[in-house]
Amino acid sequence: MLSGTVVVAASFAYLLVLFAVAWYGDRRAEQGRSIIANPWTYAMSLAVYCTAWTYFGSVGRAASGGVWFLPIYLGPTLAMSLSWVVLLKMIRISRTYRITSIADFIASRYGKSHLLGGLVTIIAVVGMVPYIALQLKAISSGYSVLTGSDDSGVFPFATASWFNDGTLYVALTLALFTVLFGARHLDAAERHEGMVAAIAFESVVKLLAFLVIGGFVTWGVYEGFDDIFARAFADPELAALLSLKTASTAGYGGWFAMTLLALLSVIFLPRQFQVTVVENVNEQHLRRATWLFPGYLLLINIFVLPIALGGLLYFGRGTVDPDTFVLSLPLAHGERGLALLAFIGGLSAATGMVIVETIAVSTMVCNDLVMPLLLSTERFKRSDHPDLTGLLLGIRRGAIVVVLLLGYLYFRLAGEAYALVSIGLISFAAVAQFAPAMLGGMYWRGGTREGAFAGLLAGFVVWAYTLMLPSVAKSGWLDRTFLDQGLFGQEFLRPEQLFGLAGLDSISHALFWSLTANIACYVLVSLARVPTGQEATQATLFVDVFSRGQDAPATFWRGSAQVQDLQPLVARFLGAERARRMFETYARERGVRSIAELKPDAGLVQFAETQLAGAIGSASARVMVSSVVQEEPLGLDEVMDILDEASQVRAYSHELEEKSQALEAATGELRAANERLKELDRLKDDFMSSVTHELRTPLTSIRAFSEMLLDDPKIDLKDRTRFLGIIVSETERLTRLVNQVLDMAKIESGHAEWHNSDIDMRDLVGHAVETTEQIFRDRGAVLELDLPDHALHLRADRDRLLQVLLNLISNAAKFVPNDTGVARVRLTCEAGQLRVDVTDNGPGIAPEQLGVIFEKFRQGGDERARPQGTGLGLPISRQIVEHFGGRLWVQSKPGEGATFSFVLPLSPEAGDGPDHAMT
Amino acid sequence: MMRRGLAGQRLVATFLGGALLFNYPVLSLLDGSEPFFGMPMLWACLFVIWALLIAVVAWIAERGAR
Repeated sequence: MLSGTVVVAASFAYLLVLFAVAWYGDRRAEQGRSIIANPWTYAMSLAVYCTAWTYFGSVGRAASGGVWFLPIYLGPTLAMSLSWVVLLKMIRISRTYRITSIADFIASRYGKSHLLGGLVTIIAVVGMVPYIALQLKAISSGYSVLTGSDDSGVFPFATASWFNDGTLYVALTLALFTVLFGARHLDAAERHEGMVAAIAFESVVKLLAFLVIGGFVTWGVYEGFDDIFARAFADPELAALLSLKTASTAGYGGWFAMTLLALLSVIFLPRQFQVTVVENVNEQHLRRATWLFPGYLLLINIFVLPIALGGLLYFGRGTVDPDTFVLSLPLAHGERGLALLAFIGGLSAATGMVIVETIAVSTMVCNDLVMPLLLSTERFKRSDHPDLTGLLLGIRRGAIVVVLLLGYLYFRLAGEAYALVSIGLISFAAVAQFAPAMLGGMYWRGGTREGAFAGLLAGFVVWAYTLMLPSVAKSGWLDRTFLDQGLFGQEFLRPEQLFGLAGLDSISHALFWSLTANIACYVLVSLARVPTGQEATQATLFVDVFSRGQDAPATFWRGSAQVQDLQPLVARFLGAERARRMFETYARERGVRSIAELKPDAGLVQFAETQLAGAIGSASARVMVSSVVQEEPLGLDEVMDILDEASQVRAYSHELEEKSQALEAATGELRAANERLKELDRLKDDFMSSVTHELRTPLTSIRAFSEMLLDDPKIDLKDRTRFLGIIVSETERLTRLVNQVLDMAKIESGHAEWHNSDIDMRDLVGHAVETTEQIFRDRGAVLELDLPDHALHLRADRDRLLQVLLNLISNAAKFVPNDTGVARVRLTCEAGQLRVDVTDNGPGIAPEQLGVIFEKFRQGGDERARPQGTGLGLPISRQIVEHFGGRLWVQSKPGEGATFSFVLPLSPEAGDGPDHAMT
Repeated sequence: MMRRGLAGQRLVATFLGGALLFNYPVLSLLDGSEPFFGMPMLWACLFVIWALLIAVVAWIAERGAR
């Protein structure tokens, strides 16, 4: 056992450390170097979900129900995998419209209704007070176990007078801390950086403490998991805990209900909303939290069952309260330090929950309960308060103290009757009532104020009747008879078997009836009438928050207000200095120099209202702003018109954009096609002029010599023979030219005839060389031949290939210098294709000519020094080689000769083709 | 935008898979009364599925961040 002084001193020391962390976090935030602006801190702060209920209660639950403690953590895991769909939207909506609590969210969504905000606040307070009581109970019973002031683990203080009750002081201390953490000053966005830092710190502490205790029990007291489970399996009573069916009577339906309950709670618990949505610094942090937070839950649950089994094995059933195993097991083994650590971990879990929950609830109480009431009193309206920030802070602090004292009261009155886990589930079932109005509000436009109100009220009433009242009755503060005989003696009204529904555990039963009533009322009442203009406006703003973007929300009312009226209004609630800074920033964003130049338009009103909404809630902000604004609200038709118009304009402009893009693309295509046509036209013209030019030269000489022969019949025989010889050779040249042009046209149009046969390329090259040797000899030049040793077979048109070879070799012959000319023909085979190189030592080809020589009628070399030729040889050769799947190219350096090469595949696919079909 | 849309759909699919695995009737398949490698079968299976689910969610969420 430890002395009370040690425990109290350690607790206070821990709270001081916590406060130091918070203070440091706040200071860093003021310097603009936030320590919570990272995904790890964010994920750790979400772990405020794990309260003393997890820390002590899970073990208790596992001791009585085996694996039944798990759904409470599996639900959040599933919920977090949907975070990208649900939570992100909640964060975006809340940030855009400065929403700071669930009550504000629902009130704002359904037309900024005071009534709804108030109802949600009441549900939250009624639902959360038992949960806060549970934390107080955990601290107080933990203290008594640790100090040994009560062996049975029941409370030492319950019978003492109020003044001597330590739990009261615990509550008051926590209230003081919460005020210091959460209500020291007023923040327009309700963000508390220091608090979040402290909560993240606490999450780490409670996890580490629990893991240390778990490790101690598993490996210190026993010999690992195997040992504990082997002993548990040996004990039939404990073995029953290890299977789902035998551990509880709730069955699979109960398991599902529990998972669903936890899934909804992790989204809609006020404290979770506070840390997940309100305190979110950056939407991207959610990404890591999506898996880190479930990972945290997994870690903190690994040792729950081993500790529970270990405790049961060690103490036996009924001697020690299983809720305190975390403390009593180390104590029983004399590990006082470990026990103190376990207590600090539990204190962490409890204080974290209490601080965040009371801050969240106090924001609701202030903004959605007290402020609307204050604003509705005539006296408050008439009185001229210059600055209400003090009043707002006072209300917040008062609400924190009151909520904690209510928790203490509940603890005094009913806390002893129930194990920790049941209280937690009752609170979970209360916040589950927010789900239809919240989710419906985010995804369905049709929900109305009355619908949400009816749904929430029905769900709340059924929850209170089927879960809350029975729990109060069971703790002895109500007559139990209505439990067994039903209200007014009507059997079908029995709270735990409503309408005779039996066979479910009380939580599943209550959850089923309350959610059914809730959803039915919400949907049916909503469908009774069309939404008003204000509701439709808010519905659109919420449902379409992503498509609207981050910019200022659309304004749906006509109205204007002078900045001289709005600024003092904002200053009343946020302080004069802060208000001035806000308006200055807004003026800068709007591009005007000073506040006085701001245009009194709807945007300005919206800005002021949003700023106010952060401090006093959207419904109150609406009331305050409308008191100084000359405005007329729009009817539903007008709102719908604006929306339709906007969406139509968007649709039109989108369509227009698409069309203009298509048009642009089509124009581009047309332009390219036109260019191509122009080019082809130009080529055709060039071709025509070249052909006619080439035809005219021989024709001119034929005509000249023919005329000479005709005019002068007395020309002697020698000249006549010479003239006729010229005429014949020119005619031959003409024929050749015409043939080549026809050839070219045929090949190009695909109408050429190809007579494929198996040919030996070695023979063919040899033959070509033999044929042309004489030309070289005439010029005093040498033609060298380099052939491979073996025959190279391929299937192609022999005459065509010969034509190519002859063309290349005779080209070389034309360009080699007289007497010293050397040309070389080389045939090789490489990588499945044969290659022919025809090299000469002529003048070579200038680089700019390299591409040109393959064009029709374009000959290389100087215009005047150009040898005879049609200028069609190379283009035709290239066409032929390409027809057989090969490639023809030239390499040359001016002054060093040129090498024309072509390659042909040895099994040319084109050559395999139809021998006769291509006609 | 496409990538984010895809990650969102993957997460919803993971949610559906998790909801299936954590409920009847799959749960009843895992609920054996005999020890499973010395551990309670349901307890071990739930933790393994849970860890796998978290791993999948982590993979999807962190991948989308790139």
